[in-house]
This record gives sequence, structure tokens and C-alpha cells, in this order.
Amino acid sequence: MTALFDTLFNGLAIGSVLMLAALGLAVVFGLMGVINMAHGELMMLGAYTTFVVQNLLKSGPLEVLFPIYILISIPIAFLVSGLVGLLLEKTVIRRLYGRPLETLLATWGVSLILQQFVRSVSTAFFLALLAAVALGLLAPRFTPAAWWRQRWTPLLKAGSWIVALVVGIGLGSLLGEQRALQQPWFSARNIDVTAPEWLRGSIDLGGVTMPTARLFILALTALALVGVNWFLQKSAWGIRIRAVTQNRSMSSCLGIPTETVDALTFFVGSGLAGIAGVAVSLLGSVGPNLGGNYIVLAFMVVVLGGLGKLWGTVVAAFVLGILDYVIGSGSLLLLWPSMPAALNGVISFFATTSMAKVLVFVLIMVFLQFRPAGMFPQKGRMVEA
Amino acid sequence: MHPSAIRKPSLRLIGGATALATSLSLVACGGGGGGPTATGGADATGGNFDGEVKVGILHSRSGTMAISENTVAEAELMAIDEINKAGGVAIDGKKLKIVPIEEDGASDWPTFAEKSKKLIDQDKVAVVFGGWTSASRKAMLPVYESKDAFLYYPIQYEGQECSKNIFYTGATPNQQAEPAVEWLLKNKGKDFFLVGSDYVYPRTANTIMKEQLKAQGGKLVGEDYLPLGNTEVAPIIAKIKQALPNGGVIVNTLNGDSNVAFFKQMKAAGITPANGYAIMSFSIAEEEIAAIGPEYLEGTYAAWNFFQSLDTPASKKFTADFKAKYGDKRVTNDPAEAAYTMVYLWKLGAEKANSVDDNKVREAMVGVSFDAPQGKVTVQPNHHIEKLVLIGEVQKDGMFKILENKGFVKPVAWNQFVPETKGYTCDHTQKRPDAGKFKL
Repeated sequence: MTALFDTLFNGLAIGSVLMLAALGLAVVFGLMGVINMAHGELMMLGAYTTFVVQNLLKSGPLEVLFPIYILISIPIAFLVSGLVGLLLEKTVIRRLYGRPLETLLATWGVSLILQQFVRSVSTAFFLALLAAVALGLLAPRFTPAAWWRQRWTPLLKAGSWIVALVVGIGLGSLLGEQRALQQPWFSARNIDVTAPEWLRGSIDLGGVTMPTARLFILALTALALVGVNWFLQKSAWGIRIRAVTQNRSMSSCLGIPTETVDALTFFVGSGLAGIAGVAVSLLGSVGPNLGGNYIVLAFMVVVLGGLGKLWGTVVAAFVLGILDYVIGSGSLLLLWPSMPAALNGVISFFATTSMAKVLVFVLIMVFLQFRPAGMFPQKGRMVEA
Repeated sequence: MHPSAIRKPSLRLIGGATALATSLSLVACGGGGGGPTATGGADATGGNFDGEVKVGILHSRSGTMAISENTVAEAELMAIDEINKAGGVAIDGKKLKIVPIEEDGASDWPTFAEKSKKLIDQDKVAVVFGGWTSASRKAMLPVYESKDAFLYYPIQYEGQECSKNIFYTGATPNQQAEPAVEWLLKNKGKDFFLVGSDYVYPRTANTIMKEQLKAQGGKLVGEDYLPLGNTEVAPIIAKIKQALPNGGVIVNTLNGDSNVAFFKQMKAAGITPANGYAIMSFSIAEEEIAAIGPEYLEGTYAAWNFFQSLDTPASKKFTADFKAKYGDKRVTNDPAEAAYTMVYLWKLGAEKANSVDDNKVREAMVGVSFDAPQGKVTVQPNHHIEKLVLIGEVQKDGMFKILENKGFVKPVAWNQFVPETKGYTCDHTQKRPDAGKFKL
């Protein structure tokens, strides 16, 4: 009985991490159909936000808040990742709606940019970037308006951005002379996010050791799920999002601002990635390539669950979590000690972390052969298709 | 020297310095280029060189291994800087400036092979300092053997290799893993669980350890491997609890990011030194402790050939120099020390050979000694070096307390516990085609 309970708990714990990582993607990819390869990097930004909050509260006037810095990081990470996601939507994805292949490539490029950004960002770099963007954006405002209605306006536009870029690089290297400004904020190194004391231990319940960090993530997942569900089902904007998902042109005709809805959906999905970033910083390493560890899993969960169905994502995440644990730890042998030798041999063969992964992927492939639309396919008419 | 140069030294020198600065602007940053000194002649230091010798530096500056390899590359650059400041490499009465050419292996093994080809063919470097994971070394090995070029590899590894084209300045198993297992068997218990990353080093090291346990009365209760970069450790923790319910020995050969996940989740699950688990790691040095957080590692063990806390003048000077160059918060560790040492060993080898030519340096290398931060090390006929064997315990401040110093141990490339290689040895001073592996 204890073994069963233990398996269930650990499976749920692994599943909840998958769930959190996939939740934002379920919104962005599941509802909007945007393949966002930078989703993992938005998680990474969430983890870095946790690091910054941790360091800000470690000493100084707000030291009393240090034990709960993780709780404080959650809304901040949501905002940071959400805003970066919003920027991404406004600048890149908006122009590529309905072109999945280009979106995939463009967001993959963005993911590389974000990785390199956290590696090389320093005060000088940041100020220079800010200056270049400001200059590029403000150029039309300080030049005669007539210039921007000519046939050569695109050239002017490109030219002004090139000038902004050159000024930015110049400013960056100028500021870089100062050693203090040139010091990278994070560098390529991994950073140390240390869970507060109360999240480092474990609770014993009926013979099962439950790490508090895992319990915390489970609770956070449940909360995020309830929150997203409420938002999509009950709130006015959630209803608009669903309407746009189901029929964009009709929604538009009825006066729903579809562009705002798109931006909002992307903001929420990206923000959820930020929360996932806070959660995984409790379990693993935090570095520029954190995202890569989760992106494939997140897509897998969403695809397996079925696009457009939050419920499917939940079930898929927990099924994968439990499968991963049961196969990888060989705990089936514990639950059923007197199994036939042949079966025992097979299970022992797959009871290593690497082989468990192989088996889980094989099972997913087989499943998708029979149910290509996932566990809970979208029923009815998809007008968008 | 031209007479006019003597009469108008200032102008000429300024011109020379400018030209030098321009031509070397790429490598001179942070290197204290300095102007030519007024004394001139052979004993000048700083900018007066008679030529250059290019060397390659090939480590992962990005990707999952960057956490560890950055320090190694920095230690190599520091050694090159020091050598250049002291007048460079003296060949044939000429002073050659070492010019490092850096490439990023990007934690991707085929990239290491590709960049090696580039360094050898395009940049024509005299030698390449590089690699961390054995997977990267295995990927580079055929390149160096086919081009008969020269690689220096600074990391402790699994042995079972002895290439004519590689110098290994990291520990072989008998200089790290074997004494560590002996120490664990004597002091910490007989039941061993082995955890490692899923690639060549942990797999081979564990094969050796299993043979050693068999030979010395230990018992293997389980083993598992995590794919590089994987961060979900729950299944392994379940297995450890099942196999070692009341504590025991865990030997960790994980590499890279997985270590962070491993220790964070082990601590949360109560598999800690306080609960009777002795955890010995072979890839956790001071640098990794800082990145993981000492809270998670306090009380665990590591076996290395150098610790920052090693209390000798040479060790303290190395650490002080490193901090002065790269910042006060930085730490030194075993791989950095080995990397630093190997640059000097190559320099001494080249000076002994009186040439930077691969083959001549290779022959001259054996027997070369250097006063490394860990003590005096000498290159052995099997292209490895003697190393000091230390076992340490992680302290609250992220440094090691040295629990045992086993003194200098000679390297054994072909493992004597493993039946397939028992009785084999390697001696590149012998003129025989199978010098890399032959039966005694």
C-alpha cells in the first residue's frame, strides 16, 4: 500500500513539473496554434527572475521577506516573462500568424537570442540596447513627417535602424571601458538559486517521504490550473479568447478586438512559463540553456493531450509523469513482487532513466498512431482550419 | 640594431609599440601588453618577441558544460599570459610569444572534432589545449591521430586510453576513483550505489569501480545513469532508497547541470550525510559547489589532486593570481590547476626539444618536471603525470577540508582491476608500434 502511495505521489510530482511547463504552451500553442519555440526561454527568464529576487532580498532592508522570496518571485516572474512574451508577440509573431513554419523558425531564433542575452547582458550592454531601441523607435518623431510617406521610406526605416544599431554598439563599447559597467550580470555560468530553508526538507506521511519542494510545486500547479481555468471559462476576456479561438472572423464581426485578444493570450501563456521557471529553479540547475530541457517535454504533453483542451494537457502530464516514474524506478517490481520471470526481465531492462525515456517515447508514438489528435481531440467544427 | 634607433629611441619605440599593439590588439586585451623596455636585448620582458607560436584553446564556452569548462580555459589563458610576461617560449635563443586561438566546443562532441580540424589545418597551431568530457576527447582523438597533431587534455578521466597524440594531465582512475573507493570501503561502508551521466566516462569509471568492489570486498547494490542535461531525479532517488534504506555509500559521476538537480532533490528527499549516506563525487570541485550552493553539498566528499584549500605556498600563489586576474569571488579547482600546469609543461617540453614541432616536443616531454600548484609533477612515459591524491569534505563556505593526503601516485592508463586490460601497460618512449598498449 505504501509502495502504491509512494508511486502515486512521485508520479504526480513529476507530472506536476511537466504540467506547469506545458500549461503556458497549452494556452499559446493549444488555443492560438502558435508554435513558440522560445517557450523554454520564457521559463528560463522566470528562473532568472527568481535568482534576482533572491539576491535582492538576501540582505538589506527587505531581509525579513527572504524566507518567502519564492512566493514574491511568482507574480514578478509572471510579469517579466509575460511582458517579454508580449514584446515577442507584438514584434515577431503578430506578423507571422497562419504561417506555422516561419513562426517555428523565427521563435527558435528568438530562443537563441534570449539565451545569448542572459549570457552577455551587462549594464553597458543593457544601456546600449535601450539607447539603440529608443533611437530606432523615436527616429520618425524627430524627422520631417513627409519623409515617412515616400517611396524610399522603407530604405529610410532600415537606415535609421542601422544608425541606431551602430550608435548602440558604439555606446556599448564606450561604456564597456568602465569595468563596473562591463561586468556581466549573470555570465554564461549557471547561477545558484537556493530554495529557502522550509523548501529544502521533507515531510513523512504514512511512510512516504514527501519533499516540501515537490509539495509546493504540486500546490502551485493546482493553483495555476484553477486560475487559468477560471480565467478562460468565467472572465470576460477568457470568453473572448475562446470565441476568437473558435471563429476569428465572426468574433471580429461581433466587435471583439481580436488583436488585443491575441496579445493577451500570449501574455498569459508566457507569464505561465515564467511561473514554471520559478518552480523548476527549486529542482534543478538554472542556466541559459534551462529551456532546452523542458521544451520538448512541454510540446509532447500538449500534443498528447490534444490541442485546445486544457483538460487533455492535465491528464497527459500526469500520465507521463506516472509512466516515467513507474518505468524508470522499476517500482512495478515492488508493487507486484511475484511477477513472471520473463516480464521481470523486461521491466528491469527498462528500469534505468535512459531506457525509461526510450520506452515512454515509444508508447507516445504508438498512441499517436491510433489517436493522432491526442487524448481529448477538439470536437465539432474548427472553422479556422 | 640600427644606429638611428639608438639616437632617437623614443620615436622608434613608440612607433614599434603602436605597430605591435595594432597587430596584437585581438589577443592583448587584459594581457598587460606593456611597451618595449629601454634595456632591449635578450633579457627584455614584455613586448619584445622574435616571433609567435600559435596554440589552440578548445573548450565549451556555451552549453551544458560551460559551467565547468570556462574556468579551465581561463586558467590556460592565465598560464599563457604569465609565460608571455616572463619572455615567452625560448627556442633556439629566440623568444616566441604564445598566441592563443580560442574556439568554442559548445558542449557538442562533433563540434570539438570539427574545431580541432580548423585549429590544426587553418590556424596551424603548435598544440591544442582542450576538452572536458571524455565524449569530447573521444570525438577529437581520431582527428589528432590522423593528422599526427598534439592535444593536451586536463581532466580526470576513466583511463583505458593511451594515445601517442594526447597528453593527459588529469587523474587516471588509480589517481582518483580507486583511492577514493578504498577510502570509502575503509571508513564509510561496503554497500555502494553508483550514479552517473549516461556517457563514456561514468560508464567506464563504474565498470572499473565494480571490478574494484569485487576485488576488495565491497558490494554493488545498484547503479543508474542520467542522460546529460536531464533534471528529473525522482526515479533514481526511489531506487537509492530501495537499495540503501538505512544509509550507505553513493558514488556520483554525474557531469554538468544534472548535478544541481541531483543534489537539490537528494537533499529534499532526505538522502543526506546526516541520515547516514556518504556521497562521493568525482566531478564536483569548488567551481561547481559555488554554482550548486554549498547548502546542498555540505558534508559530501570529493577526491581530487588539488583543492583550493591545499595549504602550500605554490597553491596559495596560484589561487591569489587567479583571483587577481578574474575577480575576488572566483575560486580555483583541480581541473583549472591541471589546465594551468599543462600549458607550462608544454612550454618546458618545447624548450627542452628546442622546437615547437609536434614530434620533437612529444619526444622531449617525458621526464619534464614542473613545480605545479599541487607540488612537483613529472611527465611519465605513458603521457600522463604523477599526481597528489587528496580526499576532501565540503564545508559550509564551499571549500574542502582535506581528510586524507595519499601523496603522489604514478598514473596507470590501462586499468589493472578490469580483466580485459589487466597486465597491459603503455610506454611511448619505447620504439614499438604497440607502445600505447602492450602486455608486460
